[in-house]
Order: sequence, then C-alpha cells, then structure tokens
Amino acid sequence: MDLMEYQAKELFAKHDVPVTLGTVVQEAGDAEAAAEALGGRVVVKAQVKIGGRGKAGGVKLAENPQEAVERAEAILGMDIKGHTVHRVLVAPTADIAEEYYFSFLVDRANRGFLCIASIEGGVEIEEVARTNPDAVAKVSIDPQTGVDDAKAAEIVAATRFPEEVVEEAEALVKRLWAVFVEEDASLVEVNPLVRLGDGRLEALDGKITLDENAEFRHDDHAGFEIKDQVDPLEQEAKEKGLNYVKLDGEVGIIGNGAGLVMSTLDVVAYAGEAHSGVKPANFLDIGGGASAEVMANGLHIILGDGQVRSVFVNVFGGITACDAVANGIVHALELLGEEANKPLVVRLDGNNVEEGRRILEEADHPLVSLADTMDGGADRAAELAASERS
Amino acid sequence: MAIFLTENSRVVVQGMTGSEGQKHTRRMIDSGTAIVGGVNPKKAGQSVDFEGTAVPVFGGVKDAVDETDADVSVLFVPPAFTKAAVVEAVDAAISLVVVITEGVPVHDSAQLFAYAQSKGTTRVIGPNCPGLISPGKSNAGIIPANITDGGRVGLVSKSGTLTYQMMYELRDFGFSTAVGIGGDPIIGTTHIDCLRAFEEDPDTDAVVMIGEIGGDAEERAADYIKDHVSKPVVGYVAGFTAPEGKTMGHAGAIVSGSSGTAQAKKEALEAVGVKVGKTPSETAQLMREILQAG
Repeated sequence: MDLMEYQAKELFAKHDVPVTLGTVVQEAGDAEAAAEALGGRVVVKAQVKIGGRGKAGGVKLAENPQEAVERAEAILGMDIKGHTVHRVLVAPTADIAEEYYFSFLVDRANRGFLCIASIEGGVEIEEVARTNPDAVAKVSIDPQTGVDDAKAAEIVAATRFPEEVVEEAEALVKRLWAVFVEEDASLVEVNPLVRLGDGRLEALDGKITLDENAEFRHDDHAGFEIKDQVDPLEQEAKEKGLNYVKLDGEVGIIGNGAGLVMSTLDVVAYAGEAHSGVKPANFLDIGGGASAEVMANGLHIILGDGQVRSVFVNVFGGITACDAVANGIVHALELLGEEANKPLVVRLDGNNVEEGRRILEEADHPLVSLADTMDGGADRAAELAASERS
Repeated sequence: MAIFLTENSRVVVQGMTGSEGQKHTRRMIDSGTAIVGGVNPKKAGQSVDFEGTAVPVFGGVKDAVDETDADVSVLFVPPAFTKAAVVEAVDAAISLVVVITEGVPVHDSAQLFAYAQSKGTTRVIGPNCPGLISPGKSNAGIIPANITDGGRVGLVSKSGTLTYQMMYELRDFGFSTAVGIGGDPIIGTTHIDCLRAFEEDPDTDAVVMIGEIGGDAEERAADYIKDHVSKPVVGYVAGFTAPEGKTMGHAGAIVSGSSGTAQAKKEALEAVGVKVGKTPSETAQLMREILQAG
C-alpha cells in the first residue's frame, strides 16, 4: 500500500525523523485557518499517490491565508496523471539551503535491500542517474545485519554528504532504516531531504510503500487506507476477499491463479483485435477453491461493472476439480437469478474436466457456452462482447 | 536425472498436521513422493495415517533429519511463522526447502534467504509458490501429479496455474522437472538458478521459461541465457495488458513507471534468441517445433 505524503510524514515523526507535519484539508476554505496557524506563508501541496506533483502544478506557494485558500481551490479536483486530488497538505515554508535524495528499497535482483542516495535531490532520481550517474550512491544492505553505525557511516560517505551534516545524516539514516524495518516498508523515499538555512536536516517530502503481507503485525496500518480513493467495485471485492482489479474494457474475466488470469487478459485483448477492439474489463483471481459462493461473489462484482458485455471464465483445475467449478458456476447463476444477464463463456481443463463439462452441458443454462481451449474461449467471449455492444 | 528433486529425495513436511498440510501430504504420497515425516512440536511422537501410510511427527526438523535422513522440507506453515520455520530447516542443514506459504512479509523473505545464503547448505524455493515436481519421481508441493508424465522438457515459472497450463499443453512430451518459483518480490530460487540447473541436467533437452510483469528477473535471465545456456529456451510472459501501478495478484507483479513491463521482458528474451509466444498455446507450439526438429 502506497502512502500519501502526509501519512508518510506521520510515520517519519513516529520514528523521530525530523519533519513538519502541516495540516491536511479536503475543503479549500479550511486552508485559511491552517495557514494562519502556520504563520500565514505556506506551501499548498496536492496529496496524490504519484510523483511529479510539482511539475503538474500541484504544489504552490501562498503568501498569506487568503492566497492559501485560492491555491487549495485551484489544486483540489485537479487531475494529476489520472489521479484526482481530494486532499491538500498545507505545510510551512522551509528555508532550504540544499536538497538531497534518500531511499531504502527492496532489491529484487540481489534478494536483499538497497539504499539509493544523492546530494543532488529535489528532482527525479532517474533523471540524476541518467545525467550524472556519479552523483548517485547505491549501497547494498544485508538483511541480517541491517543498518548499524558502520553501515550508516558507509552510506553517508558514499553519498558524499557535506562535512558539516555528516553526524546528523548518520543519525537520520538509522532513523529512516527504523521506519523501513519496523513498519515493514518495501520503500521509504525522501525527496527532497533538505539542509535548512540553520544547518538542520529535514524530510520535506516522503513516500512510503507498506507491505500488505505484514499487516498482521501492524494493527495501525489498515487506518492508512483511504476508501474514497479506491474504485467502489475494488473495495467491494476486497471486502469479500477477492483479488480484483478494474480495467477499462468489455469482457469480464474470472480465472484461478494470478498468472493464468494475467495471461487470460492478454489472450482476450489479442482476440479483441479481431472483434471491434473489445478489451478485458478486469482482473479477477478466485484462487484455488472455486466454491459456488466465491463464484457468485465474483460474478456479482463483474456484472456490477456497467461496461461488461460478456464474461469469460477460464479455469485450469489443478487442485480444484473441474466438477466443483462447474457446480460452482451453476449454483452461482441460481444465486444471482435475474442479475446474471450477460453471456458466459466457460473454458475448463485439467482435473476431472469431463465431469465438469458434463455438469454444464446438463444444466444447459441459456447464458452459458463451453469452449474447448483458452484461445477459443477468449475469441468467443470477445465476439459476444462486440456483438452485444453494437 | 532431474533438477533439485529426484526419486531419492526424502521429504519432511513442516505444517503437515494442519488442514492444507494434510491434504497436500496425501497428494504427495499418492504421486509417489517419499514422505518420511512431519514436523509439529506439539504433536511430536505421534503419527498421521494417510490411508495405510503412517507418517511419524517429529518435534523439530533436526530430529526428523536425524531419524529419517530427510533432505527436502516442504512448508505449509502460516506466514507469521514461516521465517522461523525456514531458519529451523536451514539449521538442520536440509538441502532443499520449498516454501508454499502465500503472504510472507518481504522483510521476512529477505532475512530467511540471507540466512540460508550465509549457511550455504540450503536452497530455498518460494515463498508463495506451488513447489516443484519431477514427474514419476517425486513431488514437493502442490503441483497436480496427474497432468503429465516424465519427459525431457524443463519448466520454470513464476505462476502456479500457468505451470499447470504449460504442462498440460506439452503433456505428450512430458517434463524432467517443473519448478514454480513464485511471484513474490524476493524469492529463494530464480529463473537463472533453474536455467543453470537445467543446462547441467543430462536428462533435460529444452526449457520453457514463464515470466510475468514486475522487477527485471526475466531481463537478467536473458543476459544469463546469452552466455551460459546452450539448450533451446522458449519463453512466455504474462501481463501485457496490466495497467501501471496495480498489483496483479502476485505481490511482485506490478508495473512501476516504465519498468517491469511484459513488452520489455519479451524484447530482452528475443534479443538473445529466445522465442517468445504471445499465448500459452503459441509458446507450447514453439517448443513443440523445437522438439520435433531435434
């Protein structure tokens, strides 16, 4: 789960990383009091989970509380790379002497952790890496030993922090490591990390990605989820324990196993090229056990998407037997009744497939047709979606 | 021969007494795996009956190894206890640990892998994987044993069901070993580890490699193939239609900005001469042509 800047700063504060929190507002009018409390001159910052806010005009200076309201009005509702701004952070201005970049992240290649840091911060680190690669320090971290005094010193030296901040930087690096480890983050990024006019370091911005697999040991993390930012169908799916991602297309997809479902989306998209360009409408993995209830929940969510014109159910029975899946589909259609109103193409293969197909043939539901192969099923579902659309 | 898992493998199951553990232990026994014990400190000294096969339960992995000469452990323990269970298996110097458990925190995966590396005696496969099967010889995990028989194709895949799908597509040829390495950001055994082992395995003639969006494991595998793999490799990558910034089921399956895309992976593989199918069936067809020509 990606956190917004203000949430990241709350976690920074919890671990004694120097930040100034500011105030989050959802109504432009509230920016006035927020700015007054901070002395009048403030920065108004869009809160969205995407980089490049400044460039997009989502970060503005306000000279006084009235101007803060105007800035908030302009930024709230703004679209930044497909993310609508629902919140702005009203933050005090900072007297910035220098801007640095700092991050800890999961290093997939080395199956450990990595620190990336630079004394050229405030811009995208990818940009620095391209134009001035020598200015980007990369330090591998052994997950067993983590960041101790020696590793913190190594990071600070490799980054070439100015002499006068070395001691403070070493302490800060250890605190950011505490955020990374103790909060089970897969990314902690500070850009910019600034040296203020008076010499102190401060995290002026923050980005944290929390590991959802670790929620069982962090009771407070669920509170970071912002429901109004989630697609309502995705929210409903999550509540029902289904792995669903809404996409922009017409063919609803249900399958078992993340890889097979991803592959099904691709195969449907290829098939759609021959059928007026119809596309997959969603990712939905019903996992190992495809009970009638799980199948009904899945179909209910997919049919709740008004764009869906047909549904492709693609199941390879590994552990799950195909007869159980077929029974699941039949019972799900009974449970849904009138709500099931779009054609369903079903492809079953694997464990006990003959019995599975027999059950569906016998049920002879007017909406259900059987496909022999994954490619054939995708083609049929795309064709049905195209004809339903026209 | 086969890779990592053979007819001589002696398998213990950590978490055998739980419902998933029992279900899959029964399936592993049915497919001919030598299951020599289970591990559960609370049930040490008991045994579990699997339709006539009584499997002893040991208090710890070390005890199980001492008593049975087990060299493989399959884990069905919950995410919160997975790290400790792997550490225990590593301490018992088990040569292969297969972590089926889904939902292991990435910090735990990083630590357990680093620990196994520091000891140098244990290979970890997973977490969040279906395990591996050398058909007709042994089956460590949850891959269905009845899809296909033994053969001379090797398979390495991030995805469970795509593993099954590909085994099914090429069921007339059969497989030496099929390894599901899992789709988490940090995994114990990578595409490269499997490619290296298949290259060295005299009973594997060609390899199917299945990848998906996220990270750059496929690109690194392409680099490796270029210099180190002489056997034919056919590839498949899932997730061409995945949107940026959305996790597609597997914790590691996410396109971040312009990195981790299926297109980039496909291009990297093709640049080193690996034929990449657009669909699982086309991928199987590419492999079929290679095997029939050879």
